[in-house]
Amino acid sequence: MENIAKKPLLQNPAVVKIVAPLIVGALLLTIWQVLCIAWKVPIYLVPKPTDIIATLWTDGPGLLRALGVTLKITFLAFFVAVVLGVVAAFLFVQNKLIETSLFPYAILLQVTPVVAIAPLIIIWVKNPTAALVFCATLVALFPIISNTVLGLRSVNPGLLNLFRLNGATRWQTLVRLRIPSALPYFFGGLRISSGLALIGAVVAEFVAGTGGTGAGLAYEILQAGFQINIPRLFAALVLISITGVLLFSMMAWLAKISLSHWHESEMG
Amino acid sequence: MLMKYSEIEPEEGSESLPENFIPDADTVLFANRVEKTYGNGTRALDEVRLRIQRGDFVSLLGPSGCGKSTLLKMYAGLESPSHGHLRWLGTDTPAKSGLKIAMVFQEATLMPWANVATNVRLPLDLAGVPRAEADARVAKALEPVGLGAYGKAYPRELSGGMQMRASIARALVTEPDVLLMDEPFGALDEFTRNKLDADLRALWAERAQKLTVVFVTHSIYEAVYLSSRVVMMAARPGRIVADVAIPEPVRDDHFRLSDSFADHCRDLSARLLSASGGDAAH
Repeated sequence: MENIAKKPLLQNPAVVKIVAPLIVGALLLTIWQVLCIAWKVPIYLVPKPTDIIATLWTDGPGLLRALGVTLKITFLAFFVAVVLGVVAAFLFVQNKLIETSLFPYAILLQVTPVVAIAPLIIIWVKNPTAALVFCATLVALFPIISNTVLGLRSVNPGLLNLFRLNGATRWQTLVRLRIPSALPYFFGGLRISSGLALIGAVVAEFVAGTGGTGAGLAYEILQAGFQINIPRLFAALVLISITGVLLFSMMAWLAKISLSHWHESEMG
Repeated sequence: MLMKYSEIEPEEGSESLPENFIPDADTVLFANRVEKTYGNGTRALDEVRLRIQRGDFVSLLGPSGCGKSTLLKMYAGLESPSHGHLRWLGTDTPAKSGLKIAMVFQEATLMPWANVATNVRLPLDLAGVPRAEADARVAKALEPVGLGAYGKAYPRELSGGMQMRASIARALVTEPDVLLMDEPFGALDEFTRNKLDADLRALWAERAQKLTVVFVTHSIYEAVYLSSRVVMMAARPGRIVADVAIPEPVRDDHFRLSDSFADHCRDLSARLLSASGGDAAH
């Protein structure tokens, strides 16, 4: 402990990891602010960072309510994607025929842009929330499937032989070997998928353009754009970005507490 | 009426083992004219015939590609021959024979997410041994390999040698009749390897007449030091070229330095040379 205390604070890697990006951020914001003032950039083109913060303060309650709606869609879609993705992955590894028959369609889901099919889904599914969740799920599903399949497959062949030699049942092999082996890959899938669920939710809201009390952040951004209320647009954008970062961090943290005692990727 | 191994004459074709053949009670593992040909035409094994008796310590010694690991996997029941028979106490599957077969692989192959005790307990867990009894047996298995204090450690916290010790403890925890080892110490440095060889020999000696070990290696020194019998194999195609008894009763550091150790090593090297037509470099 003494050694750490004697060191200059900026040589402590943990401090640097937080402080360095903060300094860069502060620097960029300052440049932004200074340039806006120096060139007298009108607020309806590029608002100053201080304008955005002020808008976040004044419009906060309305934007947060919209954020709540978007978050609800995101979490529902993420949850459905995880459940469906894991079930699909387990089916795929149980039987080669199932995988060969269905995997191309999983890829089809992945490569079809959600913007292109969202209008159809919104027409077909009556409940607007369900339609949005459906779209966002489509976007978030594939990484879960592909990563979990990869994980369930990437079992140490020596351990597999050991299980066979000891007469392990299919179920024992699954629970004691395949699932633990798959966890690091699964968490990798969660991390990608959580971000995609948010993107999917926002994109779907854009296409749906649903207003009223059930309006999400995407609708707020659209409205702010129409009204040339650029500070509000930026404020909504900031909220979405922060949400994305928080989601990613949550998944990273979840992976860390689950894997840190054994997996290289989460050590240190 | 038992048919003795010596009475079975090799015949043409692969079906030379009579249907009524019952190896004597001491023949634990038996391979009769076993062949293995892979899809690409590689002949990993060609007419291999090998009988391993209860309580023996047999080394399968040979260069890479001589099929020694393939033969070991067949004895484990993890691979089947293209032609020929294998017998476990006279039965045609390991399960029917009632033999407890344990295997140690080239790498420690421990589950990285589980601590040493849980890893060693795995064979007992899979067999449904009650937890309390299993834990007691794990503690008993960790002691002789020198890991008594490391039950709670995770594999990544251990050195390569200690991981291998855990792997050996996991193999011995079931009190196996047959221990199959596939170049277990190949990745370790020479000092660690010599120490583990000595410990392994001691573990085997403690279970004298009960534990049969089949040990695959490409080190002549290791084979001579460990085994009571060295089966030398050659590659292309994989076959047995010599079967040599090492009758020395005491195996310790003095044995390593003795003339008889050197003589055995020289003898095996010479056989290896002549078997590969003077082309031992392969």
